[in-house]
Amino acid sequence: MNIWLVMLLGGLITFGMRFSLIYLLAEGRFEIPQTIRRALHYVPPAVLSAIIFPELFLRDGMLDVSLENTRLLAGLVAILVAWFSKNTLVTIIVGMVALFLLQFFF
Amino acid sequence: MNQQIQNFLAGIRAEIPLLIGVFPFGMIYGALALNAGLSTAAAQMMSSIVFAGSAQFITTQLVHEATPGLVIVLTIAVVNLRHMLYSASLAPYLASLPTRWKVLLSYLLTDEAYAPTILHYEKEGTTPYAHWFLLGAGCSLWSTWQVSTALGIFLGTAIPESWSLDFALPLTFIAMVVPVLKNQPAIAAALSAGVVALVAFSLPYKLGLILAALVGILVGTILEQRKSTRGIL
Repeated sequence: MNIWLVMLLGGLITFGMRFSLIYLLAEGRFEIPQTIRRALHYVPPAVLSAIIFPELFLRDGMLDVSLENTRLLAGLVAILVAWFSKNTLVTIIVGMVALFLLQFFF
Repeated sequence: MNQQIQNFLAGIRAEIPLLIGVFPFGMIYGALALNAGLSTAAAQMMSSIVFAGSAQFITTQLVHEATPGLVIVLTIAVVNLRHMLYSASLAPYLASLPTRWKVLLSYLLTDEAYAPTILHYEKEGTTPYAHWFLLGAGCSLWSTWQVSTALGIFLGTAIPESWSLDFALPLTFIAMVVPVLKNQPAIAAALSAGVVALVAFSLPYKLGLILAALVGILVGTILEQRKSTRGIL
């Protein structure tokens, strides 16, 4: 699928979600079920981890948990930094520097 | 000064601290989008067509991995589901507005515009021009996002490929996910989704990502449900 079509559909869906209940609830026709409300809390940890894990653990599609996997090591450093600093920019910068140094030394 | 402009300016003022945080992100997004292989035009236009930070970062990553378009669209839908909550929460305050206002304000309804607006409504209630507050917050955020994207695209062209800039994307996601791991269900959701993503990585069309996300969401929801019923008993 063409990137422009992806963006257009993605944009329409995003707008649709933002507009949907502002439009429908005004007519008093619909309410979000409790279970869905609850499930929505877990979208960020689930989706983001599903992207992060393969980025860190796989090299050329194969599992690599050795010390030579510099992205995994730098990622672990970033997780620690994120945990203690709770600062996004600091996490990105330290993670990039860690990867740079690891690639330099190994 | 009339009430419309007063509310509009109050919205901008409330948004300023958030804008300071958003600006570097727009730049990072712009630089990474180019790095992932998007054209300058596509990278810039995504900031106004989709206009949702995390979905744009994820789209960039998926484009970089040559993910099929339909899977990207599906992922954007899952990631942006939370906007339905914002939509539901603001609906009673915006109920009396004409449709063209609802359309405009919906387009501007991001996480960062929602947060100060709902606080404003909860404090002030529905005054006749209260929606101008959301307009001010939304417009200032929108302009900041466009400008910072453009600046990021501009700077991104100057960064050499040997810098492994693509790694900044998973790092961004790590910085986003770690702070939400506040309880057992959230941690379980993250770990189960991560493991499924590894096991199901070789599924065609990157469907492993969708599968992993669904498993993670399910695990988190079930664990929370169990915890809360145990609390009652």
